[in-house]
Formats: sequence, structure tokens, C-alpha cells
Amino acid sequence: MMNKRSRRKLLIIAVLFGVSVATVLGLTAFQENLLYFYSPAQVKAGEAPDNHSFRIGGLVVDGSVKRATDSLQIQFDVTDNTEIITIEYTGILPDLFREGQGIVAMGSMQADGKFIAQEVLAKHDENYMPPEVADALKAAELAAKKKAGQI
Amino acid sequence: MIPELGHFALIIAFAVSIVQSIVPLIGAEKNNATLISIARPAALTQLLFVGLAYAALTHAFIVLDFSVLYVSQHSNLVQPLMYRISGVWGSHEGSLLLWSLILSLWTIAVAVYSKNLPEILMARVLAVMAMISTGFLAFMLFTSNPFERIFPTPLDGNELNPLLQDPGLAIHPPMLYMGYVGFSVAFAFAVAALLGGKLDATWARWSRPWTTIAWSFLTIGIALGSWWAYNELGWGGWWFWDPVENASFMPWLVGTALIHSLASTEKRGVFKSWTVLLAILAFSLSLLGTFIVRSGVLVSVHAFATDPARGVFILAFLVVVVGGSLALYAWRSATVVSYGRFQWFSRESALLLNNIIFLTAAAAVFVGTMYPLVVDAFGLGKISVGRPYFDTMFSLVAIPLLLLLGVGPAVRWKGDDWSRVAKVMVLFFIVSLVLGLLLPFLVEEKLNLSTGLGLAGALWVALTTLKDLFSRLLRNLKLPLSYVGMVLAHLGVAIFVVGVTVVTSYGEEKDLRMVPGSSYNISGYEFRFQGVRKVNGPNYVADEAVIEVWHDNEKSGELLPQKRVYSGKGNPMTDASIDKTLFRDLYAALGEELGSGAWSMRVYYKPMIRWIWLGSLFMTFGGVLAVSDRRYRQSIKQKVNEKFSVTSRA
Repeated sequence: MMNKRSRRKLLIIAVLFGVSVATVLGLTAFQENLLYFYSPAQVKAGEAPDNHSFRIGGLVVDGSVKRATDSLQIQFDVTDNTEIITIEYTGILPDLFREGQGIVAMGSMQADGKFIAQEVLAKHDENYMPPEVADALKAAELAAKKKAGQI
Repeated sequence: MIPELGHFALIIAFAVSIVQSIVPLIGAEKNNATLISIARPAALTQLLFVGLAYAALTHAFIVLDFSVLYVSQHSNLVQPLMYRISGVWGSHEGSLLLWSLILSLWTIAVAVYSKNLPEILMARVLAVMAMISTGFLAFMLFTSNPFERIFPTPLDGNELNPLLQDPGLAIHPPMLYMGYVGFSVAFAFAVAALLGGKLDATWARWSRPWTTIAWSFLTIGIALGSWWAYNELGWGGWWFWDPVENASFMPWLVGTALIHSLASTEKRGVFKSWTVLLAILAFSLSLLGTFIVRSGVLVSVHAFATDPARGVFILAFLVVVVGGSLALYAWRSATVVSYGRFQWFSRESALLLNNIIFLTAAAAVFVGTMYPLVVDAFGLGKISVGRPYFDTMFSLVAIPLLLLLGVGPAVRWKGDDWSRVAKVMVLFFIVSLVLGLLLPFLVEEKLNLSTGLGLAGALWVALTTLKDLFSRLLRNLKLPLSYVGMVLAHLGVAIFVVGVTVVTSYGEEKDLRMVPGSSYNISGYEFRFQGVRKVNGPNYVADEAVIEVWHDNEKSGELLPQKRVYSGKGNPMTDASIDKTLFRDLYAALGEELGSGAWSMRVYYKPMIRWIWLGSLFMTFGGVLAVSDRRYRQSIKQKVNEKFSVTSRA
């Protein structure tokens, strides 16, 4: 039988061990599940990762929504008013998805330059713009102004 | 005229709350009975005027006074009365007013039900609650006045967000706020005790029922939110790890730690300063929750009313409350001495371990929710943390938590003999592990470790909890309500775990393209799509799909999901149709028309999903029962006697 002190030591070691295992697992899970947001311009500039999921956002381009006739596949373009990225998605789109509306999609880039989305989000309030999309639009506008000023 | 009266009432309430937060404190410092006696009437006056303001806004909604900006933004002529009344808290300004009203109600409840409290302590508690109230009233008056007029008066209003026109809205936010704001009582008690420099076991006894009842409200509030989200398509099922959901979950986790830690402090006088810290933390996280929901700083699918400018005010308020109380804590907590001693294998240790686990969970949620915000604030990019992170963290936390839940309540205070407890525990452990692993094996005919462990955990908790109950019954021991409450809440955990495990392992979801006459089979249920018809509601028109459900060659029911277009905005909204039973839900939601009669549709088979909310109900009622315990309703005399006996025992 162990005495009190070594039992207490054992308990402390066990707790420390548990905590460190949990921390390592937690950090790994955290690292793996970080999703970065990129605007279409950033994606075109090659800033987005090739082999990791990320989020992309912008306005749905008018007249770009195309549906497959025999499945739930749908294709549309998003823009930050400078660059355009084509997104492909299979499934049901949110109620507030429509042309001209700001959306955010989660997924990854294909080799052919298409973004395959696993999830498409639109905001509940139709006047509301996802903050990332609003910022991306602002950044694009600023860049355009700068360019015009330089020329 | 009435809206101006409402506005005026708010200003008076603001003035009263300033008086209430200063004068009784001075009285408590100087031991001046006259100044102290101002606290109660001030609290009552404040409730009266906040109540008046609330009634004025509700009146404006009922009579549809569109000259009030807030009313014109969130209601219109065709809106049903129920959603006009609940529309008051459908957006930012009104929900703040509800927050303040609930805070006043809690304050009065403390003033009325804590007659046994020493007057000085009571004065401090009411003053601290008034400080919080002052902050919220100032926020409303200076940045978000619900009574602001609009000229010219519009003929019709912009309607309430259709997603909020659901019975869920009528009850979810008030319950959640009751919980959030309820933690302000524990906070006020903690700060008052720090101010007075007197923290004893009686302090824990006073604040314990308040904390438990606030926790019960928060539990039912979160469960209702989850149930409401489940009923709406696109809200990600019963839990999404969305920032707004996390915002309510963090105070719940810390609150759960707090009610357990309060038990140790009340019964054994240990962990006093730790308990005080938890009380401060729980309310701070409630404020942070308000901050997250109301400022729109975090990307969320639930963010309804958002305005970053207002976030700055709440952030400043948060800094004052959290910073101030922590500074007070740092200054005063050194004087707090815990006198109880306990061995490493004891109830105290078990409760301490419970606290460590719950705080680890809260920290995991906090990091996942706040990290993106911090990164964004430093301009390092926009990120979000994916669901799998939270899922991984919680399955990690669940294992030690469920293990501990089985052992903890059986261990005696002060110190216990491991072999005494282990005798039965080992048997239960083996039985639940074997049964848990066997059940999914019988269903799938192969080993499924994660499902098996989940079920084993639930069985373990249920068996050990019931065993403890029966052994007490057999020995003819008294069963105080607080004990029955604990049993109910812990059984609730087991029920909840069963629900989560089964629905995660065996639930099925499918997005489909259906034409009339086509059918789809999901887990033995055949969904036969009959077609779509037009339906008129009170303030919407809808396409309604008719789906027959067939099971074992028999028609078992009909699902009628709708796609509604509300008259106000032309905003489409999905109304799912759910066939509910205790053991499985069948769910159908209508997507959009794909041309030539085809529709997109989402169908779910969700086994035992009801158990998730059933478990939460058990936890809630457990809390309510615990508060009803006799010992919280004793007279002053008994309390004083007991207080002395507690001290002398130590």
C-alpha cells in the first residue's frame, strides 16, 4: 500500500499529465480548424492556401447563378468589385441567398480555379452585409482609388 | 405622448439608480441607518419607472404607433398581436429595456426575499445591482433610445424579422436574460462581501439559491434557443458552436462550476475566495455575452441587431465592471481565510475537480470564440474557428466529467475511504462499459467506440446516481429537496448525453431534388413527395409541400413544410415540418423551386434528439427543486443559531 505522500504525488502527476495531454490535443484541434477569410482579389493574387479549407465572401454577381437540371448542383460567381471567383455548391442555399447579396462560403479551391463550397451562409437580415464582405469591398474600393490616383 | 412618458420614466429610473448606487454605500461605510434605508425604496422606485417605460413601449407596439422609430422598424399593420408584444425584445433597443426590467425585478426579488440579511450587507448588494443598472440605463438613454420618434410618420412599418415570428422568440430571450441577469445577484453578493471584508459560510448560503435559480433560467433559456434553432432551417441543427450560442454557453459553464463551488463553501467553508472569483467571472461572461450578441463584432448567423459603435460602450462598461471587481478582489481576497481542511479523497476534492473541468471547458470555448476577434483587432486577418475544434474539446472534457459525476456524489465530505466507495463503483463501471459498448454493437453488428463510450458514460452516471438514491431510501434517510434536485439534474446529464450520442451517431440528413410522385428512403422511413400547394397565413403566403411518410408499408404521417413569403419585405422564410416522438424526429424543410415541378428539399432522421432537451429540462427542474429546499426558508433565529454552530464546528 502506498503512503499518503506518494499517493498525493501520483495524483498530482496524473492531473498534470491529463492537463498536458488535453492542452496538446486542444491546440492541435485548434490549429487544424482555423479558417481564414479571403476576398476574391486575395484569392486571385494567390494568397489563399491550396490544400486547406478557407472562407471566401463577396457579392453574388447578377445573372451568374446557374443550376443543374437534374441535381442540386449550383454554380455562381462572387465578386469584391475587382476580381471574380466561381463557386460551386451542391445542396440547399440559405433563404436569403440571391443575386447582388453578400454571402460567405466555406470550402477549398480546385486546380481549375473553381471554389468548391461545403457551406454557404447568407445573413438573416436582408439589409445586413457580413462584416468580412463589407471590409473586403471597402479594401477593394480603396485599392481601386489608389490605382486611379497613381495613373 | 405615451412614448415621451416612457422616455421620461427611463430618465427618472436612471437618476434613481445613481442615487441607489451611491447613497446606501456611504450609509454602509458610515453605519448610518437613514442612508442605508434608502436602498429598498429606491429599488422599488426604479422597478416602477423601468416598468412604466417598458409598458409604454409595449403599448406603442400594440397600438402600432409608427411615429416611434423602433416600432416602425419592427412591426407592421398585419403583424399578429403576439408578435407585436414579443417584438418589443426583437431587436437591440427593446432587448436592452427587457434587460433593465429583468435586472430591476431581480433587485426587488433580493430586497423582498432576503429580509434576513443584515441591513448593511443588503444595502451594499442593492447598491452594486444599481451600479449595473445605471450602466445599462445610460447605454439605452445615450446610444439606443427605444422611444426615438421619426418624422414624417410612416403609414406602415417594416415588419419584425420573419425568423423571429416564432413562439420560440416569445420565450427564449426572456429566459436567457433571466439567467444572464440573475448572475448579477451572485456578483452583487460577492462584491458586497468583498466591500465589507466579511466572507463566511452564511454568505455562501445567501447567494447560493439565487445563483442556482439564475442557473436554472439560463439552462432552460439555452435549451429553448437550441430547440428554436433546430426548428429553423439553416441554423445548423441543435447546436452550431456559433459565437452567439457560445456567448450564452460560457456563463453557463462557469455558472455550473459556481453552483458546485458554492456547495463546498456553504457546507465546509472551503474555496471561499475561489467561489467569489467564479461569481465575478460568471457575471462578467454574461456581460461579455451581451457584448458579443449586441455589437456584431463576431461573425454569427444569429446576429440580428448589430451596431459596432454601441459595442464600444459595452466594452468600456465591461472593462469597468470586470476591472473594478477584479481589482477589489485582488485588494480584499487576501483577508479571506478558508478554515476547512480536507483529505485528497473527499467531496471537496471532487467538487474542485469539477470546477477545473468546467473552467477548462469554458476556457476552450472562450479561446475558440474570442481568438478570431483578437486577431482581427490587430489586423492580422479574418479567421474563424471551425466546429470540429469545439467538438473535439468537448468530447475530451466529457470523459473525465462523466467519470467524476459518477464518483463525486458518493464520496463523503472531509475525507473518505477509497475502498469503501470503490466496492460498488467498480461493478457499476464494468456493467456500464460493457452495456454501453454492447448496445451499438447490437444495432450495427460492429464495434463503434465513440457511440459505445458515450452510452457507457450516460449509463454510468444514471446507474451511480440512482444507486445513491436507492441506498438512501433503503436506509430510510431523509431526502432533502436539494438532494432530489441534484439527482434530477445529474440524471438530466445522462439523458442529455444519450441524446447527443445517438443523434450524432445515427442521425441522417439529406438534401434532395424531388419531383411530385418521387420518394426517398431514409432509415426505413419513405418520404413520398405529393406536390406543392399555395397556403395563406395571417401575414404571409406560402408554398406548402405535401410529403407522406410511409413506414413498414403503412402511412405513418404527413409532413407539410412551407416556404413563406412575409408581406412586409418579400423575404422568403423556411418553415420546417417535424414529426416528433420521444425516440425519433422526422424533419422536412422545403428549399426552392427548381423548375418543371421539382423542388429542393432537406430531410432529416434524428433519433432521440428530444432527449437533448429533455435532459436540459431535468437539469432545470433539478435547480428549481434545489432552491425550494427548506433550509433556504428558515427564520432569522435559526439562521443565526446555525451560523454560530457552523463557526464553532470549525
